Amino acid sequence: MKILIIEDEPQMLDNMRRTLEQEQYLVESAATYTEALDKIGAYAYDCILLDVMLPDGNGLKILKELKAQQKEEGVIIVSANDSLDDRIEGLNLGADDYLPKPFHMAELRARVQAVLRRRNFEGNRNIQLGNVNINPETRQVFIAEEDINLNRKEYDILTYLIANKTRLVTKAALAEHVWGDHIDQADSFDFIYSQIKNLRKKLEPASINVQAVYGVGYKLEVD
Amino acid sequence: MRLLNYTTQYFALLLLGVITIWAVAFYYAMLDEIYDSLDDGLENQKILLLKRAQEDPSILAHNDFDKHVYSFTPITAPSFEQQQERYQDTLMYMLNEEDYEPVRIYESAIQANGGYYKLKIITSMVEEDDLIEDLVSYLIGLYAFLVLCILILNNLLLKRIWKPFHYLIDQLKDFKLDRKTSLTTAPTKIEEFTLLNTTVTALIASAQRSYEEQKQFIENASHELQTPLAIVINKLELFIEQQPLSDEQLVQMASVLDNLGRLTRLNKSLLLLSKIENEQFQEEAEVDFKQLLHQSLSDFEAIAAHKNSALILLEETEMSYRMNRDLAVILVNNLIKNALVHGTPGAPIHLRLKQHALSITNQGTPTPLKVEDIFARFKKSGTNEKSTGLGLPIAQAIAVKYQLQLTYSYTEGHRFTLTFPI
Repeated sequence: MKILIIEDEPQMLDNMRRTLEQEQYLVESAATYTEALDKIGAYAYDCILLDVMLPDGNGLKILKELKAQQKEEGVIIVSANDSLDDRIEGLNLGADDYLPKPFHMAELRARVQAVLRRRNFEGNRNIQLGNVNINPETRQVFIAEEDINLNRKEYDILTYLIANKTRLVTKAALAEHVWGDHIDQADSFDFIYSQIKNLRKKLEPASINVQAVYGVGYKLEVD
Repeated sequence: MRLLNYTTQYFALLLLGVITIWAVAFYYAMLDEIYDSLDDGLENQKILLLKRAQEDPSILAHNDFDKHVYSFTPITAPSFEQQQERYQDTLMYMLNEEDYEPVRIYESAIQANGGYYKLKIITSMVEEDDLIEDLVSYLIGLYAFLVLCILILNNLLLKRIWKPFHYLIDQLKDFKLDRKTSLTTAPTKIEEFTLLNTTVTALIASAQRSYEEQKQFIENASHELQTPLAIVINKLELFIEQQPLSDEQLVQMASVLDNLGRLTRLNKSLLLLSKIENEQFQEEAEVDFKQLLHQSLSDFEAIAAHKNSALILLEETEMSYRMNRDLAVILVNNLIKNALVHGTPGAPIHLRLKQHALSITNQGTPTPLKVEDIFARFKKSGTNEKSTGLGLPIAQAIAVKYQLQLTYSYTEGHRFTLTFPI
């Protein structure tokens, strides 16, 4: 899988590159609008992470260019300016997703995976991990062919942990992904624990398990 | 008290004093003049009587005031020497008035027809009480007339003169710095008012500029902080993933991440607040509050369960209001979050959605909160270090933007009520 990161802030770029390279993606980068246009013209990518504000041009123009060239790349807009206008314009121009800064590395991995899966398997390919099979369309979870019933939050936690399997997912990242941005002022993320406990119980027959990483968060391990 | 009445009141007081003093002075001056002229008349009569006595000595026999206004009393030579001219005021019964009236008596000694006589001439005198009465009533009339004149003059003239001033203060009364209203001034020829107009206009322009700059500054500052914050958090996330760390180190890292998370939330809240105030949420739609409330309640279910509190919807009805959807979600969430964060663990939180009001009640400190502190930024009650101190100010800013009223009351618990305009 080839991914292009268009981002002008070198440290931001470095973090994103390292995270995605851990997932065995081939990562290339462009720091300017012109460089990005050159790369898009010359190569094909599976997913493009696009910063809207570039020193020499608006990232949204790159998106227009991609659509004009009828390229099939999945595009995730990354923006420090979390404005509704940007979001709507980006999505209208054909972006697959919109990721406002600051974001957690776990969130980036999950979003990239979701885009890649949708692009490459047209969204109806089930996720298989160990003896767990998930149908993202119907939100059904099977353990060894047996349908298990997860509530909405438990399902979201499981898929998020699967997207970040064997990686440490912080409580904050998990809470913000599952409960949304607005939960963020709740006084502690400890409430996640009871949800995890329920999920663990339901996952007992599975070959995957959710491990707590002391004080920080959780990690999904495959037996 | 209005400026007009204020000055009139002082004028009236001043006039009262001036007219009283003037009345006293006038009264004595007049009385003095009257006596002077009476005395002149009496002396003149004396001379006339002396002349008549030479022609007709029989008048020297008149010794009472029944028939004449004069009397002659024979006296001895030594008495004549001693007798001095004098005026005396006394009372005498007047037939026409049927009362004792003041008269002035002129006493003098004369030598006539070879004998010595004491001559007394009387004349009716001014009635002082009548004079005073007349004077007072005329002065009261004058006083009333003058005050009336001042009032009319003030109302007609001062009103016209102060017109630019009143025009200005009428506008200042409705002026709000955060509303983008501008101030107009009335043209005037009066130098002081021109100065006032230009000064106030300049002052407001500069205040508005600072206000805009400050708002823009907060937005820009929060915005600039996003990227470094993202970099630091992401670097730490990558760090704790790679290194095999001890539990102790993990706890330290978790604490660093927690605090960075808090900083991020604080920054996001500030940015949100600035964006609301900078009118960056233009999109509006009919928001179904019943549905929104159910969504929020389900989102907060886990947190409530963790605190052993129940979110109980006591009353609900179909209700919708036109506003920005994202802001509506934030508004409702912030109110629920506030109740959860400050509510006593284990105590239920009651919600009521009525036709024009949404109220949320939680148990907590047994005393009411200070109303002026509740919606102030960074005013935290208690020691909750994770709270940003911006949740309620944001809710308040959203409410104000859409003409909703967010109020606090304390009866059987801390209650926040969102009232929708009817």
